[in-house]
Amino acid sequence: MSGQQHHDVHTGADHGTLRSYIVGLVLSVILTVIPFALVMAGGLSKGVLLAVIMVLAVVQIVIQVIYFLHMNSKSEGGWNLITLWFTILIVGILVVGSLWIMHHLNHNVMIAG
Amino acid sequence: MTSETLKHHDAHAEGHEHHDAGATTVFGFWVYIMSDCVLFATLFAVFAVLGTSYAGGPTGQELFDLSFVLIETFVLLASSFTIGLATLAMHRGDKAKTQQWLLLTVILGALFVALEIYEFHHLVGIGATWQTSAFLSAYFTLVGTHGLHVTSGVIWGLVLLIQIGKKGLVATNVTRLSCLSLFWHFLHIIWICVFTIVYLTGVL
Amino acid sequence: MFGKLSLDAIPYHEPIIMVTVGLIVLGGLAVVGGLTYFRKWGYLWNEWLTTVDHKKIGVMYILVAFVMLIRGFADAIMMRTQQAIASGGAEGYLPPHHYDQIFTAHGVIMIFFMAMPFMIGLMNIVVPLQIGARDVAFPFLNSVSFWFTAMSVVLINISLAVGEFAQTGWLAYPPLSGIQYSPGVGVDYWIWALQISGIGTLLTGVNFFVTILKMRAPGMSLMKMPVFTWTALCTNVLIIASFPILTVTVALLTLDRYMGMNFFTNELGGNQMMYVNLIWAWGHPEVYILVLPAFGIFAEVTATFCKKRLFGYTSLVYATIAITVLSFIVWLHHFFTMGAGANVNAFFGIATMIIAIPTGVKIFNWLFTMYQGRIEFSVPMLWTLGFLVTFTIGGMTGVMLAIPGADYVLHNSLFLIAHFHNVIIGGVVFGYLAGFSYWFPKVFGFKLNEKLGKAAFWCWCIGFFVAFMPLYALGFMGMTRRVSTYDNPDWHIPLVIAAIGAVIILCGILCQFAQLFVSIKDRKKNLDLTGDPWGGRTLEWSISSPAPFYNFAETPVVHERDAFWDMKEKGTAYKRPAKYQPIHMPRYTGAGVIIALFSLVMGFALVWHIWWMVVVGFLGMVITFIARTFNYDIDYYVPAEEVEQTENQHFKNLEKQA
Repeated sequence: MSGQQHHDVHTGADHGTLRSYIVGLVLSVILTVIPFALVMAGGLSKGVLLAVIMVLAVVQIVIQVIYFLHMNSKSEGGWNLITLWFTILIVGILVVGSLWIMHHLNHNVMIAG
Repeated sequence: MTSETLKHHDAHAEGHEHHDAGATTVFGFWVYIMSDCVLFATLFAVFAVLGTSYAGGPTGQELFDLSFVLIETFVLLASSFTIGLATLAMHRGDKAKTQQWLLLTVILGALFVALEIYEFHHLVGIGATWQTSAFLSAYFTLVGTHGLHVTSGVIWGLVLLIQIGKKGLVATNVTRLSCLSLFWHFLHIIWICVFTIVYLTGVL
Repeated sequence: MFGKLSLDAIPYHEPIIMVTVGLIVLGGLAVVGGLTYFRKWGYLWNEWLTTVDHKKIGVMYILVAFVMLIRGFADAIMMRTQQAIASGGAEGYLPPHHYDQIFTAHGVIMIFFMAMPFMIGLMNIVVPLQIGARDVAFPFLNSVSFWFTAMSVVLINISLAVGEFAQTGWLAYPPLSGIQYSPGVGVDYWIWALQISGIGTLLTGVNFFVTILKMRAPGMSLMKMPVFTWTALCTNVLIIASFPILTVTVALLTLDRYMGMNFFTNELGGNQMMYVNLIWAWGHPEVYILVLPAFGIFAEVTATFCKKRLFGYTSLVYATIAITVLSFIVWLHHFFTMGAGANVNAFFGIATMIIAIPTGVKIFNWLFTMYQGRIEFSVPMLWTLGFLVTFTIGGMTGVMLAIPGADYVLHNSLFLIAHFHNVIIGGVVFGYLAGFSYWFPKVFGFKLNEKLGKAAFWCWCIGFFVAFMPLYALGFMGMTRRVSTYDNPDWHIPLVIAAIGAVIILCGILCQFAQLFVSIKDRKKNLDLTGDPWGGRTLEWSISSPAPFYNFAETPVVHERDAFWDMKEKGTAYKRPAKYQPIHMPRYTGAGVIIALFSLVMGFALVWHIWWMVVVGFLGMVITFIARTFNYDIDYYVPAEEVEQTENQHFKNLEKQA
């Protein structure tokens, strides 16, 4: 973990290959078209649609993190991934916490949504 | 250090091996991106809370044109792909290809910004401004902040094109393009959240 | 041409302000005159304004902090005087408009422009030395960060003379801070001062996070890091994760004020409660950003002056990490009374009580380090002992406030004011002052006067209790915060006592400055020739005092926690290397100060709606930065002979001492 450790590459992360970028691109296109098509076509119930597009967004983000950002547990001695997980934790706390708090506040002071 | 020592040391270190320094810079930039994630998360939290406060004004369903958003999305996705190709060319040491892909990325980025400006202009034109309701304040701010990030990415790309032209793929420029490509991919990831939470959810 | 700015903006009719401004202008002229007379402009520019040396930047941060301590304390003593005399129908000498600006400025200045620069200054000086690094990861960025902070300090002080400052309380809750109820420029000064310094702080956070993770000496694994570096690491994590929230929250308020948006307005769907929610999502981590490094300082001081290894290093590190995470799930306790309801309040109340546990762990770490140690009652140790008592009391009143039911009674009363001053003065200020006298010799090469240091401590400590214990009582008596006059005669006597306490603290501050003055005068008598004046344990004490600009002639290799103590035990300390190597260093640059100057121009122009000047400031910043990126010649090598010369001097001093 010391600062003197050497890396094979300039950037600390892998460079990726042409193949990884193409795979990432194709998957991203698919994962973009599906939610747009589902929403534009309509038909499904609101709850189901919401769940599906959220899941697809998460999947696409993961795909891009892997295929475009080349994130793995080794880059920068694992610190890239640790910082990412910590950020996700904070983002989760902030967004979910705010929604939870504001929902209760709005309810209690009778602000209509 | 005294100013005298400064004058005496003109043997500078440009040829120095920047191996470790480059990795440190890219890691530092990654950490900055993490903080930018929190910045966007805050804007998303605001949008999530205020996104239905229409105050009698228009709703997302009335305003958003999904096929237009899909075009924007593909433009940005394409640019995220081309900057990846630019970094691949850079690691091969192919200066000309690096410049070409970077230029294409910058053009696509500028096109995305232009589309967004058009969209904003259209919304303001039909009376849906940022002053209309809390929902629209949150919408313009969130999407606009993303647009400003892309704009700064475009400017950065242009500057870097000049620098690569002048100095070639020296270590410092390699580090800079690596950072820019991280930034660009990150902006597309944010855009996935934007089209899902703002546009797709907005028209449901 | 000049937006909202006209000559009417200068408050001629307020004698207190005009006298203060006059004094500042005279002081400024004296400095300019002195610099010109002694021909020191070149020295100032070459050695300080353009520096990227983390030690010099640290010194400048602490200088800013001390100057702002005077300003913030002047506000404090004015408030105490006002409340001591404005009883039973008396108006006092401060009209509400002025009084409201004073309590706002006091809070903003003490947190953002005293505590933050002090903490970042100490971190700048100490962290690279403790980890055996030559500089921080991004020296240029460090200079930019400092100058942003310095320029925001300038901006907030301009508000004294031109226009007004916010009258909203230090966090500027809307709708009061919205354009409808605060149409003046006060809130705008608040906004832009915070945004400019906020960018600086965020860059510092990234810089030091990377420095600590990537620049440590070989062998220094995470669990061998000195405790101060550990707490600095966690503080920087908190900065990186929380300052963007502040930036956005203040930016949204800005959009409401400048562009008529409706985030926090009363109309069109705006929701002020969201502002309170967001600002505290930053605000609570901020508390720990300030106090964690203080904890680190106490740990270093305790171990050094008890001549013992720190008791329970591992538990202290894990407690610090636990606080880092937990500090993000307690923010609602700042607004229990807004009415989120029983479930939400219960969750955050319990989370708040839980965070007291790791803090308690630390108290025991320090106590058990002292247990059976040979305690040397030096000035830093006195601050530490004072902290242990004071902070524990403050922590306990904090747990009281964490009970939502109790908070409904105590919220926004003087009990709360007493509580947070109890932890911030007792924890943060005592800690930074301990660190100040502890590391002072490392930066300047001589020790501070002990007698005056002790006098300063006792005045601060006694003054604190006299000033704030009455406020706890006043809280129970129903007195709310931020009132300039009152008609309850029972409050008068406690407020007079509190004012006396403030005067005692003033004596402490005066002793502190007298100490600086006397120590500089007598510096020849107190020289630190060894570089290790206290029998230190960590790497910063292994090099000469003042530290050479390149810090370490040869990168140290670490085998143990308390690396330098270990070297002294094994007899490997003070070893001359066989041959000195040239040292790679960053060049000084004026880009940082120029960029920040443009940010000041932009900030001032934004406050007064002078749009052409906004454009000038903004383009100036961007163009200077881009121009800087075209300079590829940013580093150089110090020749080995020069390193050898500098080091030989140190070894000569060491021999003289032995």
